[in-house]
Amino acid sequence: MADTEQTHTVADDLADERLIRVQGLSGLVHMTWNRLRSGELGSLPVVVGLVVISILFYAMEPRFLSSRSLVSITQFAAPIGIIALGIVLVLLLGQIDLSVGSVSGLAAAGMAVLVVRHGYSELVGIMAALTVGLLIGAVYAVLHNRLGVPSFVFSLAGLLGFQGLLLYVLGRQGTINLPSGSFLVEFTRFKFVTGLTSYVLVLAVVAVFLATQLWGIRTRTRAGLSAPGQGAVLIKVGLLAVGLLVLTWYVNLDRGWSYLWLFFVFLVVVMDLLLRRTRWGRHVFAVGGNEEAARRSGVKVGRIYFTVFASCSMLAAVGGLLAAGLQTSVSQASGTTDTNLTAIAAAVIGGTSLFGGRGSAYSAMLGIIVLQAIQSGLNMVGVDSSVRFMVTGGVLLLAVAIDSVSRRARSSSGRG
Amino acid sequence: MSAIATPLAREPVLSLRGVNKRFGAVQALTDVHIDVAAGEVVALVGDNGAGKSTLVKVIAGVYQPDSGDIRFSGINVTVGGPGEAQALGIATVFQDLALCDNLDVVANLFLGREDLAGGLLNEVKMEKEAWRLLRTLSAKIPSVRIPIAALSGGQRQTVAIARSLVGDPKVVMLDEPTAALGVAQTAEVLNMIERLREHGLGVILISHNMADVQAVADRIVVLRLGRNAAEFRVEEATTDQLVAAITGASDNVVAARAERRRTDGAEAQLEEGNSDG
Ligand SMILES: Nc1ncnc2c1ncn2[C@@H]1O[C@H](COP(=O)(O)OP(=O)(O)OP(=O)(O)O)[C@@H](O)[C@H]1O
Ligand SMILES: [Mg+2]
Repeated sequence: MADTEQTHTVADDLADERLIRVQGLSGLVHMTWNRLRSGELGSLPVVVGLVVISILFYAMEPRFLSSRSLVSITQFAAPIGIIALGIVLVLLLGQIDLSVGSVSGLAAAGMAVLVVRHGYSELVGIMAALTVGLLIGAVYAVLHNRLGVPSFVFSLAGLLGFQGLLLYVLGRQGTINLPSGSFLVEFTRFKFVTGLTSYVLVLAVVAVFLATQLWGIRTRTRAGLSAPGQGAVLIKVGLLAVGLLVLTWYVNLDRGWSYLWLFFVFLVVVMDLLLRRTRWGRHVFAVGGNEEAARRSGVKVGRIYFTVFASCSMLAAVGGLLAAGLQTSVSQASGTTDTNLTAIAAAVIGGTSLFGGRGSAYSAMLGIIVLQAIQSGLNMVGVDSSVRFMVTGGVLLLAVAIDSVSRRARSSSGRG
Repeated sequence: MSAIATPLAREPVLSLRGVNKRFGAVQALTDVHIDVAAGEVVALVGDNGAGKSTLVKVIAGVYQPDSGDIRFSGINVTVGGPGEAQALGIATVFQDLALCDNLDVVANLFLGREDLAGGLLNEVKMEKEAWRLLRTLSAKIPSVRIPIAALSGGQRQTVAIARSLVGDPKVVMLDEPTAALGVAQTAEVLNMIERLREHGLGVILISHNMADVQAVADRIVVLRLGRNAAEFRVEEATTDQLVAAITGASDNVVAARAERRRTDGAEAQLEEGNSDG
């Protein structure tokens, strides 16, 4: 009897006596350490990498960490970051899309031709570009679902084919300049959030985060499940608030946060929510983990592939449009191999596994920041772009190696 | 009680007729028929490769039969896919479990039938329900928030069985559900099967363990080389008869072993008697 009394005071999910209880801060540190050792690295390597890169470049060129530099790093990281976000989705399914760069270039070229040469409104141009992305993704999904063509192959074909189409669409002149009053140019180059608005925005974000955390604790305790302590949550929220406020103050010394970067962050947050909190996201992870099991559970696997390939190509189109705005032009070089590989590298460097079923939307953000930081750091120190390619290659190799090693560590410590 | 005594008097909830399934050169199922009534446990037995799992997968919509009729609740149905089987109320525990290693226990239990609140996953409700289901099976699982990859074989099997109880199934199919389970967990699964029967569900149980089969089944259907070989009511069937039907001969290897045992024992007794005299 006394026994049953006691089990009632323990939350449902903590009843097993083999569970190692986490007590206080030292317990939390201990648990985190164990997680890391067993290969659950998450975004730790990339954060460490970012710190190392920052220190190195700062030592060589203090301007690297100036507010001006941070503003432009984030601004210029966003377009390819958006493309990388689509790559994260495809990688979660254990697939690959090598053609995102070409698709981004083609979408931008289509928009530019419609707007500049044929005088359509920009809205029509943008809608057309998104439709191009959607159609390409739909064709990929059909190739994959109906014909079983591996994504590596059809996206390689897309890489070449759409680059050819880009050249064809652009025609003889090869470069189309966007008009100076263009919405895309305005949005990507000249719009910034600064001053009071920026701080209000930060406080709103922190408030929403705090509210969801507290609400989570409340529903869990009400249901008789264990919940993180209020203290831990308050510390987390406090750190977030301080971090965001300091960063905002620092970029406000220059122009503030660019609309472009904030748009990218917004997409990342929404994608993270979709992946972790909706049925669709759950099914994406399931298909990436074990496609046959997902199918037998009634998951509509074909639909998941369709939505993922279509989203990836559409995000590539969005990235292409924004890149065009940022460069104020579309040229034959738009979205060439460089874009493709940078986007894929960003997703992998950010911690999304190449083996499917593991990763997060935030890896696109972290990865592209690392790559953009390397690029502008090397530019500042005045190194040739040949070196940049080599460094990026090295970083990518390192990231994949970490992914593979942590995968092995996981399987030997039972974390799949 | 009397309902169980006359299971075939009622309309079967699931009924298959003349099912054929071929894999390349292998005819896995030939003209197979099987009936399951509500509140009835039908054991499906047969040697390795007899076609049991194939039959289960045909019913579960994983494979499409080459020909044959499937009637569910008296209506002819085609089970186009696993989702359709689930929608009809057919839940399955597959022999190869079919769990997603990268997802946690809760996510696996409710995969394809997630509980939503305002368009988002209702994690709290699902976790609560997960603990309830696992407790009814006496599951020994430390946490439902660890990925399936971190569980032992038996724990995974328990999760797979618990999966079949999610939702409101009318027919539950269990393909060797106790193969990896401990003594207590096996007993719990047998208890669970009896509870399912009491609640009026139809159960198809595949097992190589004749003791388990005889303990819970109402009827035993024997498959041999992809055909219906025999059918017994459990009170009528002796283990010898079952083995003979499964292996297809009365002078089979199992009977020969038993015979040898018996004669060895008799000889030993004879010798004992001799030394006494
Ligand atoms: N996907 C498949 N492709 C080709 N042949 C298959 C496939 N699945 C099953 N078979 C064949 O069908 C036959 C029946 O297999 P099945 O898995 O149904 O046997 P079983 O009765 O479940 O055996 P066990 O007791 O070993 O689980 C076997 O000969 C097998 O080789
Ligand atoms: Mg089998």
